[in-house]
Amino acid sequence: MRLTVDHVTRYAYDHPVRSVVQSHRLSPSVFAGQKVIDWEVTVTGGVKGAQHRDGAGDLVQGWTIAGPVSEIAVAVRGTVETTDLAGVLRGHRETVPPDCYLRETTPTRADVALVTLARSASGEDLLQLAHALSAAVSDAIAYRPGVTHAHTTAAEALALGEGVCQDHAHALIAVARIRGIPARYVSGYLSASADGSAHEAAHAWAELHVPGLGWVGFDPANRACPDDRYIRLGSGFDAQDAAPIRGIARGAAVEVMDVTVAVLQTAQ
Amino acid sequence: MAQFNEMFQGTEVRAPYARLQDWVATMPEELRSLKQAEAEALFRRIGITFAVYGEGGDPDRLIPFDMFPRVFSAMEWAKLERGIKQRAQALNAFLVDVYGRGEIIRAGRIPGRLVYQNEAYEKAVAGFVPPKGVYSHIVGVDIVRTGPDQFYVLEDNCRTPSGVSYMLESREIMMRMFPHLFRENRIEPVDTYSEKLRRTLASVAPAKCAGEPTVVILTPGHFNSAYYEHSLLADLMGVELVEGQDLFVEGECVWMRTTEGPKRVDVIYRRIDDAFLDPLCFRPDSMLGIPGLMDVYRSGGVSICSAPGAGVADDKAVYTYVPDMIRFYLGEEPILQNVPTWQCGRPNDLAQVLDKLPDLVVKEVHGSGGYGMLVGPKASRDEIDRFRAKLIEDPGNYIAQPALALSTVPTFVEEGIAPRHVDLRPYCLVGERIELVPGGLTRVALTEGSLVVNSSQGGGVKDTWVLAE
Repeated sequence: MRLTVDHVTRYAYDHPVRSVVQSHRLSPSVFAGQKVIDWEVTVTGGVKGAQHRDGAGDLVQGWTIAGPVSEIAVAVRGTVETTDLAGVLRGHRETVPPDCYLRETTPTRADVALVTLARSASGEDLLQLAHALSAAVSDAIAYRPGVTHAHTTAAEALALGEGVCQDHAHALIAVARIRGIPARYVSGYLSASADGSAHEAAHAWAELHVPGLGWVGFDPANRACPDDRYIRLGSGFDAQDAAPIRGIARGAAVEVMDVTVAVLQTAQ
Repeated sequence: MAQFNEMFQGTEVRAPYARLQDWVATMPEELRSLKQAEAEALFRRIGITFAVYGEGGDPDRLIPFDMFPRVFSAMEWAKLERGIKQRAQALNAFLVDVYGRGEIIRAGRIPGRLVYQNEAYEKAVAGFVPPKGVYSHIVGVDIVRTGPDQFYVLEDNCRTPSGVSYMLESREIMMRMFPHLFRENRIEPVDTYSEKLRRTLASVAPAKCAGEPTVVILTPGHFNSAYYEHSLLADLMGVELVEGQDLFVEGECVWMRTTEGPKRVDVIYRRIDDAFLDPLCFRPDSMLGIPGLMDVYRSGGVSICSAPGAGVADDKAVYTYVPDMIRFYLGEEPILQNVPTWQCGRPNDLAQVLDKLPDLVVKEVHGSGGYGMLVGPKASRDEIDRFRAKLIEDPGNYIAQPALALSTVPTFVEEGIAPRHVDLRPYCLVGERIELVPGGLTRVALTEGSLVVNSSQGGGVKDTWVLAE
């Protein structure tokens, strides 16, 4: 499937800021399921900085903006040819050992309810167990925007019984780790479907490590494994660690962020 | 427990201390107290009052200086030196390995869990080999002695071990107060440390650096307990002492603000923890670091010493495996021994530990500074019972070791001269070459019978001599 992305993040400041530094994970992952046709990231007034591919296989690009500026726009535009691999991250080069992703982080910390949820799932093998855990998270947390925020933990979302894709991903990571399965947070895009679920076009899901298959994606928010409607950008322990844009500005200003994303399927 | 006195064997004076015997014997009582007061005044004047890394305590408290030197013969030191360098080399090989292919784990010599699930394992540097393959550029190896030829390594410090300013200042003060001692004894100099450190740091400049590398020391600021040391080292090396706000990232480099405009920085000797280095990579609330630093670092634009992630080699649980590292990477037998250590996380070990708790020293895996530890032979029944409960609740958080009969060195105390327990922290430099200045920081437990030498627990420092022959 051919997907085009038009993703603009605008930062507006009430006072001009200086010395803005950003670190981006905004390039499609290199693996058998994705082929970049064209891809460009621009930052208004920005100077491209150092670039490297990290141990998890993500392309990390630094940017600096000397300023003073009152508005910054980070625009991502591109086209990717995707293939449905049933969630399997085939042909992805990385050096971070899977065991590294058994570590707890603040948003994925286990509590009694998460442990109970994790134990409720069963499967004949690890892959089935992973599917069962993902289904259990889908059942336990209903999709509802606006009830959780950026710092909501998996435990809090589970207690609420509601949340968005970030909460689903954190919860799945938590329950997988409880069952001894390395799990990580993935950020990316999801193309709009006919029923108009474009509000989660900037999307997140989880990957669980299954011996024999490697990393396999699970999207509890949509009760599915990522297929050719998904574009994978990068991964991390949790949402903050996997954030497509991390940035900081000098100056005591209030920042207002506005994001528009459109991911469309295009004819070849 | 028979304690090894480094000066006396019975009534015999051991050779390295022979000349000190006359020195003490002929020193009048008044002179002694005069000199002790003078030493304290000198320490206070230079403002060296900080606690050794991670020990906490009152940053403004003066750490007692004891004038009685601790002496090693050339032969004793030669062995220590080989053992320390061997260890520093193996620890660095381990770090390059676990951030690369992880051969030692694949070979089953170290459990992957201890390494990869360790908080100190930095995913952000996996797959990266720092210049010259060095992660830990200054390795502080804490050593204790139990006999003429028995040295044990208590722990390794691979991040930013501090205390080296005590080594330098203790010598300075001793030379000022007792110049004749340095004429009568052939004592190896330690003041070459700063030049060796500068050379070591310059030798790991990134490949992109053309010409003479610009080295800086990055300090968290004057409120830090080791700030004196940061400024002393900057001074001695002739490099800038900077805080996070003095540096910035632009384009593919790190720059330092100067009166003549921005200057490119090649090597950062950082004295702040990984977590605070870069808010875009680690703790987002850190105000101490430089935003974007890690992106420049990972793309080879700047060197950071010690390299982020080096801490995974000095974890107390990983410590147990250092002898295996030496065999695995160097194909040699360890020259310095580890203290036998029980991992309480292992059920068999835990049972043994609980069985003989009153004879053991129990430490937290991630603890430092002598806090949260149990010294069995010195503890009350109550304290032991409390620790037993802690161990059962969270065994994985503890290791246990036999209480060693630490060696003693004569020390000036209220009643005259008496033996007190000591340890040793030499500072091994690793860059293009591995170098060790002959000497180190000798810490002394000033309380009679105490085995805890940490400054936060009433420890003091001594000048450490290595004789030239």
